[in-house]
Amino acid sequence: MTKATDLELEAAKRILVLDGAMGTMIQTRKPDEATYRGARFADHPQDVGGNNELLSLTQPDMIREIHADFLNAGADILCTNTFGANAISQADYGMVDLSFEMNVASVKLAREAAQQAAPDRKVWVAGAIGPTNQTASISPDVNNPGFRGVTFDQLADAYGEAARGLIEGGADIILIETVFDTLNAKAAVYAVEALRDAGVDVPPVMISGTITDRSGRTLTGQTPEAFWASMSHARPFSVGLNCALGAAEMRQHIRTLSGVADTRISAYPNAGLPNDMGGYDETPRETSDHIGEWADASLVNIVGGCCGTTPDHIAAIAAAVKGKAPRKVPGKVRHMRLSGLEMFDLPGPDMEGAA
Amino acid sequence: MTGITRFINIGERTNVTGSAKFKKLIMGGDYAAALDVARDQVENGAQIIDVNMDEGLLDSAEAMTTFLNLIASEPDISRVPIMIDSSKFEVIEAGLKCVQGRSVVNSISLKEGEEPFLEQARTIRRYGAAVVVMAFDEGGQAETAQHKFDICKRSYDLLTQKAGFDPWDIIFDPNIFAVATGIEEHNDYANAFFEATRMIKEAMPDCHVSGGLSNVSFSFRGNNAVREAMHSAFLYHAIPLGLDMAIVNAGQITVYDDIPEELRDHVEDVLFNRRSDATDRLLAIADKYKGSGEATKKEDPKWREQPVEKRLEHALVHGITDFVVADTEECRQKADKPLDVIEGPLMDGMNVVGDLFGAGKMFLPQVVKSARVMKTAVAHLLPYMEEEKRLSGDTSAKGKVLMATVKGDVHDIGKNIVGVVLQCNNFDVVDMGVMVPTEDILAKAREENADIIGLSGLITPSLDRMVEVAAEMKRQNFEVPLLIGGATTSKKHTALRIATEYDHGVVHVDDASKAVGVVSTLLSKTRAPEYLDGVRADQDKLRDGRAASDERRTTPLADARANAFDGGWDDYHPPSPQTPGLSVIDDMAIADLVPFIDWSPFFWTWEMRATFPGILDHPQMGETARELHGNALAMLDRIVAEKWFTPRGVVALWPANSDGDDVVVWTDEDRNAEAARFCMLRQQGTKSRDRAAMCLADFVAPKGIPDWVGGFAVNAGPEVHEIAERFKSDGNDYDSILVQALGDRLAEAYAEALHARVRRSLWGYAADEGLRNDDLIAEKYRGIRPAPGYPASPDHTEKRTLFSLLDAPRNAGLELTESCAMWPASAVSGLYFAHPGASYFGIGRIGADQVADYAARKGMDIAEAERWLAPNLGYTPGKTDPAAQAAE
Repeated sequence: MTKATDLELEAAKRILVLDGAMGTMIQTRKPDEATYRGARFADHPQDVGGNNELLSLTQPDMIREIHADFLNAGADILCTNTFGANAISQADYGMVDLSFEMNVASVKLAREAAQQAAPDRKVWVAGAIGPTNQTASISPDVNNPGFRGVTFDQLADAYGEAARGLIEGGADIILIETVFDTLNAKAAVYAVEALRDAGVDVPPVMISGTITDRSGRTLTGQTPEAFWASMSHARPFSVGLNCALGAAEMRQHIRTLSGVADTRISAYPNAGLPNDMGGYDETPRETSDHIGEWADASLVNIVGGCCGTTPDHIAAIAAAVKGKAPRKVPGKVRHMRLSGLEMFDLPGPDMEGAA
Repeated sequence: MTGITRFINIGERTNVTGSAKFKKLIMGGDYAAALDVARDQVENGAQIIDVNMDEGLLDSAEAMTTFLNLIASEPDISRVPIMIDSSKFEVIEAGLKCVQGRSVVNSISLKEGEEPFLEQARTIRRYGAAVVVMAFDEGGQAETAQHKFDICKRSYDLLTQKAGFDPWDIIFDPNIFAVATGIEEHNDYANAFFEATRMIKEAMPDCHVSGGLSNVSFSFRGNNAVREAMHSAFLYHAIPLGLDMAIVNAGQITVYDDIPEELRDHVEDVLFNRRSDATDRLLAIADKYKGSGEATKKEDPKWREQPVEKRLEHALVHGITDFVVADTEECRQKADKPLDVIEGPLMDGMNVVGDLFGAGKMFLPQVVKSARVMKTAVAHLLPYMEEEKRLSGDTSAKGKVLMATVKGDVHDIGKNIVGVVLQCNNFDVVDMGVMVPTEDILAKAREENADIIGLSGLITPSLDRMVEVAAEMKRQNFEVPLLIGGATTSKKHTALRIATEYDHGVVHVDDASKAVGVVSTLLSKTRAPEYLDGVRADQDKLRDGRAASDERRTTPLADARANAFDGGWDDYHPPSPQTPGLSVIDDMAIADLVPFIDWSPFFWTWEMRATFPGILDHPQMGETARELHGNALAMLDRIVAEKWFTPRGVVALWPANSDGDDVVVWTDEDRNAEAARFCMLRQQGTKSRDRAAMCLADFVAPKGIPDWVGGFAVNAGPEVHEIAERFKSDGNDYDSILVQALGDRLAEAYAEALHARVRRSLWGYAADEGLRNDDLIAEKYRGIRPAPGYPASPDHTEKRTLFSLLDAPRNAGLELTESCAMWPASAVSGLYFAHPGASYFGIGRIGADQVADYAARKGMDIAEAERWLAPNLGYTPGKTDPAAQAAE
């Protein structure tokens, strides 16, 4: 099947389109507790309503159908239904032991959907790794700022298991996404790199952070540049942003990342900022106008949608970037880059300016 | 001195092995106070903070985890990167698990052999961190320079070849050991460090060198004066050799010039191991200085007895805020206006700080403190200045102008002059400096609520950036006017490309004296609309006239080539160089360059358009010109005497031949393998038959006849910009511009001096040449040195080829920005042609056929070639298809 080189070649030719929001599409189908459980988990001792990843095991048709809708809209990359398919997130539902299986099954569903709905097109399956519901850099106890609810090692174990599942299922890409705490993502990278060192054939990695609000920083306070400095050792296929912001608010941060990152840039914003009801109102036309302009400005290599984006949004986005040249990936950065909350560039062979 | 401002301070106080106070806090579990220690360091200018918990009675991994977790919730500390310091790898790993930023591991070494070393290095790579490598191997810590170097080189090879490290992510610590211990074997330790640093930087220039500074003075614990002197002298001598960071206690260094001469000599005798009794002699005088250290200087009440102006200077130099408000108030009461206090005693004090810093005798953390003292004093004066303004009815500035040199461009003398002129006319100026990204300009314009945005640029690609800013202003719904200036800009380009992108006024200002008029008009509600209508009308006219003027007829490329310059290769035998290959020039002192200075362009910088020396007697400009010249000569004296700049240069003479319009540089005299290719352009203007269509390649013999070309890159030194910035931040714009203008002149003088040396000895084809300086300026010699980006070779990207052949970053400390501007900016580079018929010319307008041909030769897209050659295009890109025309 198409792997790294195909992906790179295609990305050099055009802007690739990622799919839209899995969660939003599941919600429109309004599954109830019984739907989530299916026959297999009818007797599970805990409520499992809202455990979207479980649907990959209990309602495979629904998930395949959602993938097919995005494919028909023009998506090149399908993200698996695995955002919360890790031991830490699944603990809420008492389904820790199922996370590996969920990952394997979800990749297969996306692949089957691609083979059925678009047998003649190149489609890549990106195995999604969400951030979990814990943060490694922030104390859950305001009175004890040195305390942590989760350790790096626990995160690395959970991510490692998820990644193994995704790779076993045959994912073409590992997508570490919605990174609100960079330390979580570093644990994910650590786990993936450990697999690579153990001889596993690890597919290309995409990393996508989240700028949580108008402060222009991640939840844990990093600027987009500092976030990239912290992630650059993964030498990822792409880095970018998703979620939290609409395209209008995301643009400047994409531009900033585009200016510092010596790899491809991905961007999949929400359909605007949430309204009072937590819904998303931006029309496909509005979102795609923004993203089309990003393509004109040579800011992006991979685009798609996050919360609130439907197949109609993806179709409009695909049309808006069609025929437009992808951003040219700059040459490798050749100086030491460190970061705290901000990036610190040290003088080096390629430094252009003053200290 | 090089690299002073690039020198990186690593805070050392959060280290239980180095700080008794910090150790006590950690052992006692007082983490809140321990955090204050970290915060103090960041506030005092530490750019990275070192954290070390290696204490036998402590669970070091747990203490590291707790402390780093706590730092994570303190944004004013965690904004800087962390250096995780431990001799135990499990402690390092515990630390790596706590930091979201990209940090530095301190340290690993070959102590246990290669396998554990590589294992640890690979682990660090998985966490994503840079690494400090100690000069320590299976046999122990290296003491001699050679052994230190050998270990570092071996580590380097392992890290880069087997652990996937990039060279710039490696920092070597070649061990700063205590000297003056009384043990004879230790006497050469500082020397060994200096020499190892030099060797490491020479062999592995992309790596960094660091060290723990306080070790060196370990034997003088308790005597801070001697320790401070040793630290400052050590840095003063090690930084120029390549030490680019050190773990320092900002409170334990002094101003190099403040060290009493006797103490300094004795300290340097010890550091350099200059005499066998150096230690005894330093010990003998050490007690005398005990109690005169920086700390006691601050407490010593004597300085309080001096006049108030001197007290302010002392406070600024030593970073003492304690009395500054009272002293400032005392000055204010004596002065006519509060502003006089700033411009008088406070600025004088800052100038002293600036001079000391410039000479490498004060260090960044100290300057940060000085700036803080200055800010405190100014803050005290501000309310009085506001009050004065209110009383005089002069309600603040007339308007706010935000200025910036666009991204990729480093030239800012012109912009600075405009800024000064505007400020003198009571406009509020926000100057963002050089290489400012579009987003930053616009964000700042919003933040400052600027009334006008002014952009400056000197090189071709800056034009595109300006178009980008205009487009972005429109996208973000700006309404303030945009001013365009700088050598590369023109009324026409502004009309055709920039004004079309933005609707609220784009005005080209071609000289500083017009800036005040334009800005005043634009800020006047009544006059602005009419003025802008006029500007727009003019721009429309230029656009309408574009078809006629822009679409120049050009001679077809084939015809131009048929009319090439004839080198007469049958009769002319190109001379081979005396010294072929690359020569790094290390013996060109500033004093040697002064006679080569061409003064006319110096006056042009100041917008005084007449030639030297006639300008000195000019009826109108004479008096100003004489004063300016006098000030320039005085500063030049200081530049020479105090060695303000470190000019650097590199030259190379290569076997070469022309190949069509290219000049092929061969790897060696066998002339089989190409090292590189310079792509030249040819004139295509319509000419009478007897004048050749010139191309630089014509000055080089075709294949078959051995010929040569040269290349060079020189610069006046990174200090030019640093000193200019310092003057500027001190509010001394005059000297800031003066020093930059002199830097530019010295770089040009360097190029001229070097060219003379090339003609007379390195290439040696004019060994008997003896020209006076005015002849040199009039270029009455054989051979030329055209520069990429200038009329004969207008494509700036040729500098990339030149710089890589010369390895200019390494050999001349010269880099190119993404837009091919040279940095440091006071720089000249170019090629040498020795042909007796070689002369300067301008390419002028070229046709689409040549652009397509050129793009193919360069391996560029046509669109990209068109961007770089924009000022030379004889057609309108997009309207004429170069590929189609070339195919005809």
